[in-house]
Amino acid sequence: MNMITALIRPTKVDAVKSALVDLDIVGMTVSDARGFGRQKGQVERYRGNEFTVEFLPKSKVMVVVADEKLEAALAAISAAARTGEIGDGKIFVTPVREAIRIRTGDRGPIAL
Amino acid sequence: MKRGVGSSGDPPALATVDRIRTTLLAGVRQPQLRRAAFLLIAAGAGIGPLLAGSAKAVLTKMPTDGADTLLMLIGSAMVLLMTPGLAFFYGGFTRAKNVLNTMMMSFFLMGLIGVLWVVVGYSLAFGVGFGSPFIGGLELMWLNGLGGAVGDAPLADGFALSSTSFALFQGMFAIITPALISGALVERISFKAWFWFCLIWSLLIYSPMAKMVWGGGFLGPFGAIGAIDFAGGTVVHIASGVAAVVGAMIIGSRTDYPESIRPPHNVPFILLGAGLLWFGWFGFNGASMFAAKTAGYPFLTTSTSASAGLLTWCLIEWFKDGKPTAVGAATGAVAGLVGITPAAGFVYMPQSILIGALTATACFIAVRIKAAIRFDDSLDTFMVHGVGGTVGALLTGILASATLVPADYFPRSAEIMKTSGNGGLFFAQLQAVVITYVFVAIGTAVIFWILGALMPLRVSPQQEERGLDFVAHGEEAYDPMTN
Repeated sequence: MNMITALIRPTKVDAVKSALVDLDIVGMTVSDARGFGRQKGQVERYRGNEFTVEFLPKSKVMVVVADEKLEAALAAISAAARTGEIGDGKIFVTPVREAIRIRTGDRGPIAL
Repeated sequence: MKRGVGSSGDPPALATVDRIRTTLLAGVRQPQLRRAAFLLIAAGAGIGPLLAGSAKAVLTKMPTDGADTLLMLIGSAMVLLMTPGLAFFYGGFTRAKNVLNTMMMSFFLMGLIGVLWVVVGYSLAFGVGFGSPFIGGLELMWLNGLGGAVGDAPLADGFALSSTSFALFQGMFAIITPALISGALVERISFKAWFWFCLIWSLLIYSPMAKMVWGGGFLGPFGAIGAIDFAGGTVVHIASGVAAVVGAMIIGSRTDYPESIRPPHNVPFILLGAGLLWFGWFGFNGASMFAAKTAGYPFLTTSTSASAGLLTWCLIEWFKDGKPTAVGAATGAVAGLVGITPAAGFVYMPQSILIGALTATACFIAVRIKAAIRFDDSLDTFMVHGVGGTVGALLTGILASATLVPADYFPRSAEIMKTSGNGGLFFAQLQAVVITYVFVAIGTAVIFWILGALMPLRVSPQQEERGLDFVAHGEEAYDPMTN
């Protein structure tokens, strides 16, 4: 099993979710995040004060997938979240040792 | 200038003066103290007889009018709504951890000043007991006897609104004026110090200012200076603006200012607040006409000036920075409203548009200068209300129409305009502005210095970092765990 952590544009969350559901990957966690990468920040003005907003809003999508679905899932997320502009985000993959469905006590890929 | 009230020194009022003078002196047993106290009262009373004749000569007694009284009651409700409006306007600018404290600094005054005004504030502003052109008296404490048995007696000769509606209306002004000051002091002042400051400032600065300008006192159309201030350019806006800048100097910047400043946490709050302020300002300026039939002019000029202010601010930003901002639109509208406040019933529509545009321009420049010199008047109270009130008061002198400044209600001002035209009135306005600056600056500084000796004026840097919502009130505006 693998944990996919995708940091993407907030506007692309729905597209990524649909793409994963199409692959029959269900269950994901989304949280609001702020960050910066190569795009750096942007300047905002309020009355006389200028602010360089260093951290821009991003959505952090976490989804755990079985090994055999990993590559398809990564391709789907990449395709759905891409605009081609700076700021599309990043995807990280980490191994997962165990998964448990709390309601039933199921363990392993069946719990996903 | 609101039409001067209570200065007319008719026989019953003079009897009251004597009675109160005697009562006051009766308590002073020591001969030397007694002499000093007498001199003080006499010095204040000296100008009283000068004020007496002029008003009485022309103004005749009228029965109470329902429409005029209704205008005042609706106006009171509208001006009350400006205080929560201001709370939203200011609250939007602060950080999320300080928004409740910022809003409470305004909202709480609907309690504190609401009571204080009835107990003694109104009497000090609009009484005549001390016979002084600088401060009212104590005979109207608890609104004693105001409006007769059923509260509908007319305010004074020449006025057809009921006394009770006038006292309520003026109370709403007393509430919002110290609330305006809070903008310069948010995110660091201790709430206890704020409580005592507002209580004392309202009695020692606001009430005397109202007396001097509107209560037939020294600065107003019945007084020596003869300046006009329709709805509070000096009393409300210059007074709060100057107090704000003095307070910010004494209390100091927020810790880590300017490095720590953040963008406004809720810009929609700012727009909501500005909208409520504009709505309430119709009552603030419009009802200050005190007569329903002629209130159309101040209602109109109020709105046209606000529109011109909003438009001007946004156009300057658009031209200068490339984008018109929502915060700028809200600020420009408020600047236009501040500018027209002293002029609302004294000018026609083209002049009101000019006032709105010029005031917004002046405030825009002031705000930019403040940002450049890094002075922590946190929410620009002086830059908008102080600068805007000053520009408005001076433009009132230049642009007022003699037709709208009738001699029976504005004897000294009309006389000035007749002999030396708008130039003379401008000079009177300038004198009133300078005296207001000096009086309010010194008074505010003394109050803060005395309070500072008795209690900490600001919270500790650690508490500032934690956020004043929790530190001062034990609450948070937005619970992160709510679902």
